[in-house]
Amino acid sequence: MDIEMKGIHKSFGDNQVLKDAEFYLKSGEIHALMGENGAGKSTLMKILTGVYTKDSGEIIVDGTVVNYKNPQQAEKAGIVFIYQELNVLFDLTVEENLFMGKELTKGFGICNKKAMQKKAQEVLDMMGVNISPKSVMSELSVGQQQMIEICKALMVDARVIIMDEPTAALTQNETRALFQVIASLREKGVSIVYISHRMEEIFEICDRITVLRDGSYIDTKEIKNLNMNDVVKMMIGREIGERFPSRNIKPGKEILQVKHLTKEGFCHDVTFSVRSGEILGVSGLMGAGRTEIMQTIFGNFTKDQGEIYIEGQKVEIKNPSQAMKAGIGFLTEDRKVEGLMLDKSIRENISLANPGKISNRQGVLSKKSERNMVDRSIERFRIRCFGSEHLCGNLSGGNQQKVVLAKWIETNPKILILDEPTRGVDIGAKKEIYQIMNQLAAEGVAIIMVSSELPEILGMSDRIMVVREGEIRGILDKKEADQEKIMTLATGGTV
Amino acid sequence: MEVKKKGVASYLQEYGAFLALIFLVIGISIVSPEFRTGNNFLSLLRQSSINGLIAFGMTGVILTGGIDLSVGSVLALSTALCAGMISSGLSAGLSIILALAIGTLLGVISGLLITKGRLQPFIATLITMTIYRGLTMIYTDGKPISNLGDHFILKFAGKGNLFGIPVPVLILLCIFLLFAFLLTQTTFGRKVYAIGSNAQCAQLAGVNINKTKIILYGISGLMASISGIILLSRLNSAQPTLGSGYELDAIASVALGGTSMNGGRGKIQGTLIGVLIIAVLNNGLNILGVSSYYQDVVKGLVILLAVLADRKR
Repeated sequence: MDIEMKGIHKSFGDNQVLKDAEFYLKSGEIHALMGENGAGKSTLMKILTGVYTKDSGEIIVDGTVVNYKNPQQAEKAGIVFIYQELNVLFDLTVEENLFMGKELTKGFGICNKKAMQKKAQEVLDMMGVNISPKSVMSELSVGQQQMIEICKALMVDARVIIMDEPTAALTQNETRALFQVIASLREKGVSIVYISHRMEEIFEICDRITVLRDGSYIDTKEIKNLNMNDVVKMMIGREIGERFPSRNIKPGKEILQVKHLTKEGFCHDVTFSVRSGEILGVSGLMGAGRTEIMQTIFGNFTKDQGEIYIEGQKVEIKNPSQAMKAGIGFLTEDRKVEGLMLDKSIRENISLANPGKISNRQGVLSKKSERNMVDRSIERFRIRCFGSEHLCGNLSGGNQQKVVLAKWIETNPKILILDEPTRGVDIGAKKEIYQIMNQLAAEGVAIIMVSSELPEILGMSDRIMVVREGEIRGILDKKEADQEKIMTLATGGTV
Repeated sequence: MEVKKKGVASYLQEYGAFLALIFLVIGISIVSPEFRTGNNFLSLLRQSSINGLIAFGMTGVILTGGIDLSVGSVLALSTALCAGMISSGLSAGLSIILALAIGTLLGVISGLLITKGRLQPFIATLITMTIYRGLTMIYTDGKPISNLGDHFILKFAGKGNLFGIPVPVLILLCIFLLFAFLLTQTTFGRKVYAIGSNAQCAQLAGVNINKTKIILYGISGLMASISGIILLSRLNSAQPTLGSGYELDAIASVALGGTSMNGGRGKIQGTLIGVLIIAVLNNGLNILGVSSYYQDVVKGLVILLAVLADRKR
């Protein structure tokens, strides 16, 4: 299937996500779609598959102009999207998930269970996964669930499969199996659009590469004529060296000490410490338990065992409110789900975590101190908006993230936990966020940064803690750390 | 970036319920001379106070994304207990205070079921609604409690006048102002909206969600029992079936006022307008001699129109 996308424009509110984007796919090729977070890769593919409607532009499939109204239409035409976020029904079995909406029947809507189980088993075997079609989805690991997502795409006779970060949660063996399946699909003339941040994978399996930057089309090239530096340059428009502003701070005394922290099913015997002015990077695969460790420290999950010391004093944290009183701030992983009230203004969002700053003892609001605090934040973090009443849902990803940051920094934390601080944030705002982090470190704040992006981990951290299955696999010093060592630890090896 | 100017349409939508109220009042006034008398307006307002108080409490609950179906039963139980206490010789003032405390407690129980018991608000208050009604029946043996005697405070609460204005209307006004203050001028109000807008986010920002919700269900119970006392005063007896179905008028008023049933968005002024619309419909259609069967259909249609207009926002 040949696909041409030309002159694609798309805005969400005031946020222009795609500007004149292009994409060309040939049949039987593996095509990498690259770009920084927020470059518009997923949006472009969601427009192709009818999840979003384009503002303007043209999509031509095998010579005919098409306009899929919804993902079902695209799927009928043979284009399947495997999303990065899991789209599984956790209470149902593997088989029920695989056949969701396309159940085999004996007629009159009566399910043909035998036929479905047989076909499900065939697909699972083809993927080389050792999972029973009868297992319940919630009992599988995140990696296995991801594999089932990929199997779903194989259930229909897809001619184009779009994979968005398919290996983010996979182990090395699962990744190998996936690559074999991808290769055999190519043999059959199926095209794959492969979205990934993992440079090595791109060079291993892809034929051509298209790069997007800030929603615009940069170029499409044969991968064999490129090296990694070329790709990075295409992606960010300059050398990688400038990406992370330098910082020259000598970490001070230990501010946070976590000892033997355990939460059944989430984390086990976690012990580490962070110093004032230090940035501790936390790395690991998706589902490794990084977020869960942080949520336990912050009191959102109740710990089973372990102690937390702040500035040498033992503290009892049973809920987020106590964590905040102890001096911890927590910017959560998913700003849309946990970080922001999207239907509320910047003012209301920043105020939410700072009731004490905007009211008297009786809890009566002072509109004046609130306005001062919010205006100060908007200026300090250069939040691009039309004022403090701008609804957060209408801000760009980077500016949304700055609002969440502002909300927490206004609480004057001694320890700031940042979970994926730059996810879905454009390059400019990313660098601003790094600068804010450096500035906070210089003021003596201890920062814990959880991130799935290795370059960010390597570029920003003083030390790097690697987590796997809820346990700390190792803590590397900046000088000794590299991508390979981190990935080895993250996948269960030792260095 | 520029501030987007609001169009006429958006203003119409914002004040749609208010305009509907004005049209209704003018429309019925033109048709019916009895409707447009000062006395009728006062009695209309007095009638609205019962539903109004309950609807204010309901607004707080709905703003967090919850619902309180138990208000009618809370009203009945606290009123029956109040009447029982008075008829057994306790002073009226003390009986009223105890009844209000009991009403609050009954609401708090719903709140505890929802927060600590992790029941969905609909189910939790369906349970308390059923149990409280049953308890009322047991306590009253299914018969009204009358012979309340002649107590100034009790008569004053429902039948009294101050500066020519019925006392229930004054109570409604005071509590309206209290709610407006609480929801817009205090950190407590911020928490209420935050929970309805994004509970996870509020929790992580240090808001004690359980405490806030329990307080709101307690307030809802308190409002229902205040309504009950006004009713008791006016009827001079406590019927065991008192207040049944009142939760529906209250929810309708909140919805008419533009408060989102998912929580996070809405104003107490809106609820007041919703309450007045319902009162004008009840009173006006009665005066016009429309049969009560048709009245229900008209009320339903008005709510439908209001909610549809609100959804386009």
